[in-house]
Parts: sequence; structure tokens; C-alpha cells
Amino acid sequence: MNTATVALIGNPNCGKSTLFNALTGSRQHVGNYPGITVEKHEGLLHTHKHEITLVDLPGTYSLTAFSEDELVARNFLIESKPDAVITVLDATNLERSTYLVLQIQELGVPVIVVLNMMDEVRRKGIGIDLARLSALLKSPVVEIVARTGEGKERLLTEICKALDEKPQAPDILLSYGNDLDPVLVNMQERIQASTLPPLPPRWLAVKYLEEDAEILAQGKASDPKAHEDLLAMVREVAEHCQKTLDMEPASLIADYRYGYITSLLRGVVTRPTTTRFDLTDKLDKILTQRLLGPIFMLGVLYGLFTLTIEIGAAPQGWVEDFFAWLNGIVSTNLPEGFVRSLLTSGIIDGVGGVLSFAPLIMIMFFFLSFLEDSGYLARMAYMLDRVFRIFGLHGSSVVPFIISGGIPGGCAVPGVMAARTLRSPRERIATVLTAPFLSCGAKTPVFLLIAVAFFPDNANQALFLVTLGGWAAVLIASFCLRHTVIPGASTPFVMELPPYRLPTLQGMILHTWERLWQYVKKAGTVILAISILIWAGMTFPQLPAERLAAHEAQVEQLGQQAFKNDEAREAAHAELDNLQAQEALRYSIAGRIGQAMESVTSPAGFDWRTNIALLGGFAAKEVIVSSLGTAYSMGDVDPEESEGLSARLAKDSKWNKWSAISFMAFVLLYAPCFVTIAVIGREIGWRWAAFSIIFNTSLAYIISVLIYQVGTRL
Amino acid sequence: MERIQLRKMHINQSGTVSAIKASGELGRRIRDMGLVPGTELTIVGRAPLQDPVALRLRDFTMTLRNGEADQIMVDVHEA
Ligand SMILES: Nc1nc2c(ncn2[C@@H]2O[C@H](COP(=O)(O)OP(=O)(O)O)[C@@H](O)[C@H]2O)c(=O)[nH]1
Ligand SMILES: [Mg+2]
Repeated sequence: MNTATVALIGNPNCGKSTLFNALTGSRQHVGNYPGITVEKHEGLLHTHKHEITLVDLPGTYSLTAFSEDELVARNFLIESKPDAVITVLDATNLERSTYLVLQIQELGVPVIVVLNMMDEVRRKGIGIDLARLSALLKSPVVEIVARTGEGKERLLTEICKALDEKPQAPDILLSYGNDLDPVLVNMQERIQASTLPPLPPRWLAVKYLEEDAEILAQGKASDPKAHEDLLAMVREVAEHCQKTLDMEPASLIADYRYGYITSLLRGVVTRPTTTRFDLTDKLDKILTQRLLGPIFMLGVLYGLFTLTIEIGAAPQGWVEDFFAWLNGIVSTNLPEGFVRSLLTSGIIDGVGGVLSFAPLIMIMFFFLSFLEDSGYLARMAYMLDRVFRIFGLHGSSVVPFIISGGIPGGCAVPGVMAARTLRSPRERIATVLTAPFLSCGAKTPVFLLIAVAFFPDNANQALFLVTLGGWAAVLIASFCLRHTVIPGASTPFVMELPPYRLPTLQGMILHTWERLWQYVKKAGTVILAISILIWAGMTFPQLPAERLAAHEAQVEQLGQQAFKNDEAREAAHAELDNLQAQEALRYSIAGRIGQAMESVTSPAGFDWRTNIALLGGFAAKEVIVSSLGTAYSMGDVDPEESEGLSARLAKDSKWNKWSAISFMAFVLLYAPCFVTIAVIGREIGWRWAAFSIIFNTSLAYIISVLIYQVGTRL
Repeated sequence: MERIQLRKMHINQSGTVSAIKASGELGRRIRDMGLVPGTELTIVGRAPLQDPVALRLRDFTMTLRNGEADQIMVDVHEA
């Protein structure tokens, strides 16, 4: 058995992932390229002679250094030197796909050309002369239908042949015209006499003309003298082109490439005289129509959201029940003490809380894969771009926002992950940083609790206003961020509207599974550590020995007291338990921090008990209601049934309408929960994750103080 | 034949790209999509708020913001 590496490369939406799945099945896994968020898909493929690692490179239109995706694809070809390269072409769109093939060939890499989507080509009545195309590109050409697996055997045969014969790269010498060709020859000579990176000299020369940032940097580092000489040649010819043609060399190069492709394909592709009915055009007439388009989009968003929550509720309940059951088992089988408390309150509650989101995430990603692979997501971005652009965002930002809680009940964790579909780095960071302001499903019970306590007649309106407040925060904050810490012109919108195509079930399932697994694995490990920390903070230090003794004495005393009935006895015991728990909490690190913070938080109207709840909320917003319960000595409060706590807060002298509003604003805006932070860190870097804790909390504090100070003085 | 900015074209109007002024990242992205001088294109639609614009060229559909379309000059075909 020989081992080999084979790379798959092609334009976005050419069906590359579908082919990858058809070739490798479930024998695949996803990682990341070191240091960046671009995903690396690898899969295994066996032939009778070879054990092949198939690498699915990111979809790209070109091999420039303008985006991470392109750079990853290019560097993989250059540095990892795969044993064979398969270029996947959308055969309904040959000109643009061939542009990429030419660039790979110029890099000196032999390719197998795969024409995908042949079913659509046939349906449209387009003819493609494969033999001729193969002769002109000097490479094997295979036609396939990735969706059905048609042509897979022929492709495998070609792969084996390429691995056995190790063909040389065809010398396709593209002419760039009378203005550039002579300079290119001179530059090639200079490069051959230099110590620049060992890449095809002509390719390097073209990259210098295109002013490719990465190649220029490498050139400067490896041979400064040659680098300067080359730059001088480039400057001279650039000036000449500007004067005589009013064009920069890079434009001229693209012109010649496309000119070459047009003439190459002229004898290869035959079109029917009448164009047949095209489903995509008909659908777009309705789905992006001025009035119907936005209405349909609202329906899709609403449907995506309700389906996720509705379908997810049941499995989410099962996961929660499972952890409750586990908690019960541990509680009954272990003696009371630290180990039991750590296992139940710390680890099981913490990890269970995270895993209970997994069903929601799974369902959401399943629907999202459908929207993405079918081509509808691109239309949503197209329709909304004008609105979001005002705030420094991108049309594609809408999906992450909706999922994060744009309609109450979402969750920022899958929301932040969904921002991956954004291809513009600055807009993506703004989206990820602001999505946690929305009113997620864990914050909603807190708002409900406060609204019922202080605005009993208008609780629903209060909730609605909070939701609007979340949206306002998103738009205003991203506007501010895009003018301060993430400045820069908006990324060009130049984007493809791919034809509507029915996704494959296999593709959607694999996609969903792989994202779910990443969530469970990474967020799970971070959360485990944090849960233990929070548990320790609320447990240690223990009350001093004499207080513990006093507690025991109280319990004993209560035991000797006579009660009317068992109910009264239980109630009295519960009350004592809660009082003692409050005292212990107050004595713990968390309690002390809460008290120490009082001087800072009182301008916002929060006392130490509120502070503890908010501290707990750093870990997970679900904790807020239950820690308020402990702090107000109500025992463990079930967030779903918090009427008692509500009444208790309404009566408390420390609370009033304005501290209630201030508290809701703070909960809406302050630091994202730990799972979200972990995901932000992974998606856009740990410095941004730290930024979001500090920025959101400061913002929340300022707004809350304003509300409380202004409100109480009115 | 008339030479106008791509932004000024109306839906279903076709033309041939005559010049592209965009440079830098925008220029590169436009070129990589095959929008180079000499390319035939047709405006197929505009988003509900009139921006961006969708155009058909070389057997696919791409979108551009109006501000980006300003950088592209087109010789429009007679209707
Ligand atoms: N009609 C047809 N559709 C295909 C074919 N291959 C893939 N598709 C669909 O094209 C869409 C994009 O495919 P995908 O593999 O996600 O493209 P990628 O962006 O290159 O990874 C999906 O909806 C696929 O189901 C094919 O051979 N024929
Ligand atoms: Mg894909």
C-alpha cells in the first residue's frame, strides 16, 4: 500500500464538498489550519493500490493573497506539495472555473480536471467537447455528477493513474501581451539568478506584477537585492501601462487570462440556440422581488427560529433530565460533603448546562446548512445588505443575529458560530462581538422575573422593549466599533448568487455533525474548568467552626420544637436552611466580592446580593435567577417557577422600578456567558474574547448607572 | 451606442464592459469573477432597497453595491 495526499480545489459552490463526501463517506474529520479559523477537511479514500488522504481546500475564485481562504489553498499547494490535485469545475460556468485551473497550472502543479454538475449541463442542452478540452488544457478531464456519484469510478481511475505516473506539469505558456511579455522574460532571468523561494520563475514574476502582498514580503526577506531589482522593473512597466493603456498590470493580466479562456472554450462549448427555462431565474423573480422577497425572508427567519426552538425543546429536556437523573444518583450514593457538592453543583450542573444546548445547535445547523447549500443565504445577504451596511455590518450578518436572540429565546453560541458564513473579516468581527447583546433564551427568564415583579400590568410590553433594546444595542455598538477598534472601509460586496440547488441529505448531516462535535468538545472542556471555579467561589471559604456549630445547634433546637403538623415543620426547616445558605454564601469568596463591589455597583442600584447573581451570570445567564434565590434566602429557585422570588423582590426596600430597569439593561448588555466567550475566542481570537468581556461589561455599567441615576431623580 | 456607469443601467439592459476604474481589493475581486473589459453583461435585478445590483455574466450571477458599480463603465446595447 502506498500512501498519498490528494487535494480538492475549486470555486465556492462548485460541489466540492459533495464530491468530497461522495469519495470519503464518513471517514473524514475537520480541524483548523494552524493559527487561523479556516477549516481543514480531511478524509480517507482507499483504492486497490493506494491509501489516499483527501484534503478539501477552501472554495476560492483565484490564488491571490486577498483572503485567508485563498492563501490557505495556495500555500497548501506550494508547501504541502500534494501528490495529485483535483480541480472541481462547475461545468455550467466553465469560463470562471477555468480561470482558477490556469492559475494552478501556472504554479507548476499538474491537475485532474473534474467537470461537475453535468446533469444540469445536459438538461440545459449545452455540449462540451471533453477530448478537445483535455487536449487544450493538457490534462485529463473527467465528467461527473457529484450528487449521484456518477463518474466516480472514472475519477478514481484517473487519480490512480496520476499517482502511478506522476505526470509533469504541462507547460502552458500564457502570453500577457506585448507590453508585459518582454518584462516577464527579464524578470524571470533575474529570478533565476537569485535566491528567491524555489517557485516557478514565471509565476513569481506574474505575482510581482500583480503586487501580491505575501510574495513581495517573502521576496524581500529571502533576497532583498533581487527584490529591489524586480520592483524597479515592475514600477517601470506599470508606469508605461498606465500611460499608454490607462490600466495597471494586474488588470492587464486578468484581461489576457480571460481572453485566452474565451478563445480556448470557443471550440469546446456548444450552446443551444434557444435558452431553456431556468428555475433559478423564475425563483429569483419572486424570492428577491421588492415586496414578496422581504416578506418571504421574514417567514424563513421566523420559521428557522421557531422550528429550532420547538423541535429542540424535547431533546433539550431529555438531556436536562438525564443530568438531573445523574445528579440524583450521585447525591444518593455519595455522603454529603465537598466531593458530592463538587460533582453535583459544580461538574454535572455546569457540563449539563452546556450539553443541554447541543440539540438546539444541532437542529439550527441542520436548517442553516440547507439555507446555505441551497443558495438562499446569499439572497438574504443581497436583500439586507443596504440596511446593515449603514451600521458597518454586512448583509450576511442577519443570520447570526437572528439565531443569537434577535427573536427572544435564541442563543449566542450557535449565533457566533453561524457568523462563519461571513467572508468579510471586519464585518464578521463586528457581528460576533455584538450578537451577544441580543435577548437569548437564558436571559429571558431574568427579564420575566423582573417584569412580573415591577411591571405586573405590562410584563409583555416590557419584554418586547427589552428585545428592541437588544437590537438597538447591536446596531449602535457595531456602528461605534466599526468607527473605532475595527475601522476600515466596508469589504467589497462582490459576491456570487449561486443557482438554487437541492442540497444532499448526506452533506447536511455531515456538516451538522461536524459543527456539533466541535461545540461539544471544545466548549465542554472550557466550561468544565469554569464550573469548578464558580463552584469553589461560592463554597469557599467555609464559615468558621463556631458558626457551623451554631448552625447545627439551631437545627437541633428546631428539631425539638413542637409543630402543628409535618408541613409546618418542613417549612420551618427549609427557612432555616435557606438562611444558613445565605450566610454561607455571604462568607464565601463570591459573597465577599459581591459586598466589596457594592460601592461600585450602588450607583446602578445593585446591592451585594444582586452582585453575586450577576457574578454567577458571567458563567451562564441561567445562573442569575438561581443565585438571586440563594442570595435572597429563597433556596434553589427554579427559573421556570419564580413567582415567590418575584414577590419577594417587589417587597424589598432595596429594589424599585429604576433599579429593576437598570438591572434588566445590565443583564441584557454585560459580558457574554462563558460558553459564548469560549466560542468567540475560537472564532475570532482570544484578544477579542477578552475585549468583549470588558467592553460589554463597561457599556452595561454605564447604561445602568445612567438609567438609575437619571430615573431616581425624575 | 452609449457609454454609461453600470449603476445607471436599468433592469434587463445589456452591455459590454468598456473600462473598470477599481483598484486594490475591489479591483481584484471584480477581475477574479471575470468582470473584465469586453465582457457582456445583463442587469437581472436590484435588491428591494435598490442596492446592491445583480448582474449576469459568463453564465453566472454576481452582485455589486451601487458604489462599486460606479467604477465600471459599460457600452449599453440598443434595446
Ligand atoms: N444538480 C447538481 N447539484 C449538485 C451537484 N453537486 C453538488 N450539487 C449541489 O450544489 C450545491 C453546492 O454544493 P457543495 O458541495 O456544498 O459546494 P461547495 O461550496 O463547493 O462545497 C449543493 O446544494 C449540492 O447539493 C451535481 O453534480 N449536480
Ligand atoms: Mg463546501
